[in-house]
Amino acid sequence: MAAPLWANHVAGTGPNEEHTVDTVTVDGEEKDVVTPEGKPIGPQLFGAGGKFFLGADSRLGRDEMVRLMYGGRTSLQIGITAALIATILAVVLALLAGYFRGWVDGLIARTLDVIWSLPVFLIGLSLGIALAVGGLKLGPLEISSGSNWNPIFVISLFTVPYIARPIRGQVLALSEKEFVEAAVAQGAGPLRVMFGEILPNLASTIIVFFTLMIANSMLFEAGLSFLGAGVQPPNSSWGTMITVGVELLNIQPLLAILPGLMIMLTVLSLNIVGDALRDALDPRGKARMDAALEFEAHGGVAAGSQQQAATI
Amino acid sequence: MARFIVRRLAAMIGVLFAVSVIVFVVFMVLPKQNPAQTLAGKNATPVLVKSIEAEWGFDDSLVVQYGTMMKKIFTGELTSYKPRIPVDNQIKEGIPATFSLTIGAAIIWLFFGLLLGYLSAIRAGGWLDRILTGVSIAGISIPVFLLAPVLLYFLTYKLEIFPNAQYVDFSEDPYEWARHLILPWFTLALLSIGFYSRVLRSNMLDVMNEDYVRTARAKGLSEREVMTRHVLRNSLIPVITLFGLDFGATIAGTAIITEVLFSLDGIGLYAAEAVRKFELPPIMGVALYGAFFVVFVNALVDIAYAYLDPRVRLGESSSE
Amino acid sequence: MSAAPLLSVNDLRVGFATEDGIVQAVDGVSFDLRPGEVLAIVGESGSGKSVTAQTLIGLTRANNARIEGSVALDGKELTSASDAEMRKLRGERVAMIFQDPMTSFNPVYRIGSQIVEAIRTHRPDTSKADGKTRVVELFEAVGIPNAAQRVDDYPHEFSGGMRQRAMIAMALALEPEVLIADEPTTALDVTIQAQILGLLEKLNRERNLATILITHDLGVVAEVADRVLVMYAGKVVEEGTLDEIFYDPQHPYTWGLLGSLTRIDRPRPHRLPQIAGSPPSLLDLPEGCPFRPRCPHEFSKCTEYPALESRGGEASDHRDRCWLSPEQKREKRQVEGQIGLEAPGEVRQA
Repeated sequence: MAAPLWANHVAGTGPNEEHTVDTVTVDGEEKDVVTPEGKPIGPQLFGAGGKFFLGADSRLGRDEMVRLMYGGRTSLQIGITAALIATILAVVLALLAGYFRGWVDGLIARTLDVIWSLPVFLIGLSLGIALAVGGLKLGPLEISSGSNWNPIFVISLFTVPYIARPIRGQVLALSEKEFVEAAVAQGAGPLRVMFGEILPNLASTIIVFFTLMIANSMLFEAGLSFLGAGVQPPNSSWGTMITVGVELLNIQPLLAILPGLMIMLTVLSLNIVGDALRDALDPRGKARMDAALEFEAHGGVAAGSQQQAATI
Repeated sequence: MARFIVRRLAAMIGVLFAVSVIVFVVFMVLPKQNPAQTLAGKNATPVLVKSIEAEWGFDDSLVVQYGTMMKKIFTGELTSYKPRIPVDNQIKEGIPATFSLTIGAAIIWLFFGLLLGYLSAIRAGGWLDRILTGVSIAGISIPVFLLAPVLLYFLTYKLEIFPNAQYVDFSEDPYEWARHLILPWFTLALLSIGFYSRVLRSNMLDVMNEDYVRTARAKGLSEREVMTRHVLRNSLIPVITLFGLDFGATIAGTAIITEVLFSLDGIGLYAAEAVRKFELPPIMGVALYGAFFVVFVNALVDIAYAYLDPRVRLGESSSE
Repeated sequence: MSAAPLLSVNDLRVGFATEDGIVQAVDGVSFDLRPGEVLAIVGESGSGKSVTAQTLIGLTRANNARIEGSVALDGKELTSASDAEMRKLRGERVAMIFQDPMTSFNPVYRIGSQIVEAIRTHRPDTSKADGKTRVVELFEAVGIPNAAQRVDDYPHEFSGGMRQRAMIAMALALEPEVLIADEPTTALDVTIQAQILGLLEKLNRERNLATILITHDLGVVAEVADRVLVMYAGKVVEEGTLDEIFYDPQHPYTWGLLGSLTRIDRPRPHRLPQIAGSPPSLLDLPEGCPFRPRCPHEFSKCTEYPALESRGGEASDHRDRCWLSPEQKREKRQVEGQIGLEAPGEVRQA
């Protein structure tokens, strides 16, 4: 989120305004930001006093680095918000379904299954486009057509089953355990049990899923925006930058590659963090390392070295 | 088994119905504005909007509207509005490219993914495993829209090894067909190779620790027999179901982006163009056909799974 | 029963190399098994009993395993036998059944076909039809009703006890000379336990099938065993006939095991008796006798590792690893009127 600060410092403008400076001084020479043929200048790194660190884009001469940061901010915002909404919604649905079972579970599980079995991207695309053109009106919920909330809505909607199914499975298993019985026997109402007893046990799973879903959402958003069904101009995100960049691929490849690279690095970091969290928080993972020395329990040998290997 | 199949196909019809309702809701009900306006697209003339209203009957009740929409789709009347081309013609024309892309890539990723996964598992912990794991993680992390431009730039523009895509039909020239598809195949496959090899490796390691593998050895089976008849057989079951779901998801998703990046004239490109032009009818058509396809493949996958794993057959489908 | 031993194990040592050092799971185990004899190997988890059993048929062979000593079947040395030779005798001459019959069968194949697989591995000329007939015979021999239909069932369609019977049927398929049963009843209900033990005892009697029974439950041992080996921390700490172990136990660990059996014919103890402490980590064994930290009768000599020998004066097959004299043992093993073991520090001063 330091993007705007940097941008303001370096370029004195926002991401979409045309650059007010049309020339750049490099090594004492003055250069145009875009050549007469419209070819944008390449990365200047520190040569031009911090401006055009990574070059300029297309024919508008906007600073690429600044755009990356603003676009990144949008992408991150959308990814995190969508993941957050989806996680909260999914956890609530999973708790309801797993605890109450019966028809509640039937209804929720069937709905999730239907959404799950759809070609998510296609429908997401359709929904994204429909909303981009017409905005959203769902009862009290209204979103105007150019808003970033449209992609957030679409992404959260389709991410919910992904999270809800496994957590529902866990809730089903947990609600059979004795501590739940004990709480009910003490007179705890359903809300107490769901949020006070079961939810804390899900905490580590939820955290891990949330992290991984941010990555997922960002990829989804990039896909939608790339095709034009996500973030709409004048807003930009890494996905929209790739669309623009691909057009000029043979002239200035960086325009397409840089946003893609940023997406990859972010997704990779999130995945690594998610995996690390899972290893750290999952008590079974640690128990498996200890079991490697417990030869008698399984009476297996290969188990020892295999399990050590499997924890890699 | 037969009863299971019948039950599963019946469920499929139910889901397809739900899908069509969802598409209807997505396009007609959710958007804030007049559905005719949505259908006509961003820069529609009022005349066009009026004619659409008449054609589709938006004054009727929602149920009738749904009926009209379904009728239009099944009788092939669904058309895009600028230019006026029937949607299902376009879809049919796009099939060869899309299927060549996805089926080819699927074969590649299955073969290499499973091979790498197998090698990783039997040499778990060794140097080969570590290298392959690294490759897999790299594969999973590189999204299509990074890999494609990189490959295109270096291999197509700079070094000119591969042509700048465009789809060449198999019947025209098999060699060119393959040559134009190699980069897209590789792009699409790389992500899945990493994923499948990790999945198989993980499954195999779990299965190798199972008691029945120990029993098999205690019976005197050779390592090869233990591996093929017990370990692989059980490890591959989840992989096959995963593949089914994945294949459907790919056709309906990642393939679209790949087709756009490599300019392949498939269904995905058609849909993407429609998105760019803000034209809804083609997207509706593609979404519906795509959804049907995916649901059908899912049903097949469930049936295959029941065939392979007898525990599933008896009793209702479990909570997973 | 003084025939030549069928299976002869001599100073067997099995160690596993791990990141934290070498885990010596089996440390110098020796015993003989005569034809038709039932030998019980008793101990807690981590005592090395399962690893011993599995090493007999070579299931513990791995890159990180160090196997020393001798295992001889009918004179033929097995520790140095090739993998192919070991595979030939598994199932054919020495069969093994495991603890959990649910997970010991592959869930995706029918039980009948898994047994036929065992038969055809060793007798490839057997047709599938003949194999199936044989399975039906075997099912009847182990007491599975409706044998002809159940042959085609999947493992999850059997109850726990039936599955274990099916495992035993599979073990008998090739008429082996030795049956190794690794905790065969631990995963079963008590009533089913009795049935399975009865079946094992019947098979031993009728077919003269030498049996090695691995268990942690002395109650199980009392039903079927001829001789007993008590293991602790990878070592044999006492061995003898069933009567010797139950009526004249020489090692404090054995007293502890016997003492922790709840008996109907005695008055209820104040507390459920158990052996204080827990089994040692094999990476960090105490100096001398491994049982020292949990033994209330420890004295100065115990820092010296005791040899396995009979200390009664006349040479006999009843051996133990405890420095106490036979008179001391007879005295110290009586706790509240029966055989038992106090916690260290609780011993009444004599």
